Amino acid sequence: MSEYQLQEIPVGPYKHLVSERALTGETMLLNMGPQHPSTHGVLRLLLELDGEIVINCIPDIGFLHTGIEKNMEAKTYLKAEVMTDRLDYMNNMGNNLAYVMAVEKLVGLDVPPRAQALRVILTELQRIASHLVWLGTSGLDLAAMSVFLYCFREREIILDIFELVSGQRMMVTYFRPGGVWRDVPVEFEAAVRNFIKIFPKRIDEYEALLTKNPLWLDRMVGIGKLDAATALQHGVTGPMLRASGVNWDLRKIRPYAGYEQYDFNVPVETKGDTYARYIVRVQELRESLKIVEQALNKLPMGPVCSDNRKFVPPPRSEIGTSMEALIHHFKLWTEGFVAPKASIYSAVESPRGELGVYLEGDGGPKPYRVHWRTPSFDNLSVVSKIVKGHLVADLIAILASIDIVLGDIDR
Amino acid sequence: MDTRLEKIVKVLQEKANATYEEFRDEVHVFINAGQIVDALTFLRDEHQFSLLSAMTAVDYWPEESPRFHVIYQLTSLTQNLSIQLRVLVNGDQPKVPTATRVFEVANWREREIMDMFGIDFDGHPDPRRILMPEDWEGHPLRKDYPLGYEEPQFTFNFEEIDLRKPYAKE
Repeated sequence: MSEYQLQEIPVGPYKHLVSERALTGETMLLNMGPQHPSTHGVLRLLLELDGEIVINCIPDIGFLHTGIEKNMEAKTYLKAEVMTDRLDYMNNMGNNLAYVMAVEKLVGLDVPPRAQALRVILTELQRIASHLVWLGTSGLDLAAMSVFLYCFREREIILDIFELVSGQRMMVTYFRPGGVWRDVPVEFEAAVRNFIKIFPKRIDEYEALLTKNPLWLDRMVGIGKLDAATALQHGVTGPMLRASGVNWDLRKIRPYAGYEQYDFNVPVETKGDTYARYIVRVQELRESLKIVEQALNKLPMGPVCSDNRKFVPPPRSEIGTSMEALIHHFKLWTEGFVAPKASIYSAVESPRGELGVYLEGDGGPKPYRVHWRTPSFDNLSVVSKIVKGHLVADLIAILASIDIVLGDIDR
Repeated sequence: MDTRLEKIVKVLQEKANATYEEFRDEVHVFINAGQIVDALTFLRDEHQFSLLSAMTAVDYWPEESPRFHVIYQLTSLTQNLSIQLRVLVNGDQPKVPTATRVFEVANWREREIMDMFGIDFDGHPDPRRILMPEDWEGHPLRKDYPLGYEEPQFTFNFEEIDLRKPYAKE
């Protein structure tokens, strides 16, 4: 082991980001990550510490950069969709939705009501699953191990539903431009109803464990305060912005996929600390469940995909009997459909905030440029502001409350 | 176009010599690089566009002037409006004034554009690469940057390709 030696971090490249005391060696520069269990993935934080107090925090990202934007430029609109599952791997259905909505807006494609309702049910289940991972892992970070096990138990039920409808637990690619891949199986309704029945009691269980737990309160109340003005300056969106007192939820304000038909509240807190972010997300669990139940009750019958054969491949049953269907199938899966030479920006509310897609076509079958405006990227950029003056242990709580997903940040 | 947006676009046309395009209810306003900071400040202060939702760039290589568009997607929370500003940038030493003094979110977003497209932002407080390693050469999202792939190795050329593969060797 003797050849491994501790290396000091050179101050040089970070001169303009640290305090003057770091240059004289009075404060310490310490690496946290990229393999630290509490950074929720491969995030490196360079900390300037005075004892145990954080003076400066410099996030270093890019360890999970997979060039998804570049890769999508080389694929047809239909085939590029598989890349979207891999972005924010806690919100696969939501990424699919953001992408197909962008494609539909670019080419001007209508979606039948049954597909819209299925999209709402599945993205809301995904939001619940994502919040459960957040709740479980932040519990784990603050040493509440049992919460983690409970949350993952419920998340399994949701992933099983996803497997039922799409054949995959996580990399679903279930929504397609014009609708969804195929209709849900008959077992779907019973599976979702079962979840709706058991889940409210499970939320009560989590809340009984955490909401008034003195240790939980000690670690969270007053930690990592973020005011609304700073949040907006840093482009923070989603539950983090709503915990700072700004009522901004794209599902309510710019309803898409038929969200205007459902009755739900947008939880808002004003304190802006770690505890407020916890309260907002736990309430969102209940609201999402309300939406799932309403959408399932109202689920209309009918086609699940647009019948515009210039964009949507025909079903397998038609291919054997119709020459035209065979031609469309062949054209769509080899060449793909073309989109106009124009650009659009379309955004949805992901569990972490505004998930936007900038999509530009060049008149050909492949996107000319796809840009993902991912919420975690901007939400993380504020961390260096809100951790100043806190202890390293509080930094863990703050980082957990931001709910970062590195696949979402690095793309 | 929304009547409120119409008024804003009119002011931008008079003040900054802007032109605009419309597509699917979206308004894209083209502005000179020199006036972008003023335009952003005007939109933020006079019309409550307090959120810079997205900021990115597009490369139109092999065109050279303009080669890039830098895109600012702004949202007004109080009015529920969106507007997009676009700045045209030439391919020879691309440079745009930084927007970090208007929106702090532009700090990381501009670093990303710098990293991916090689567009410099004049006056940026922290001009380092953000996603790629510090010593990376080239700017991956430029259109003249190849996508890259791994060369398939066969028996006859296994060693030849192995030699130039970038992993650590004994």
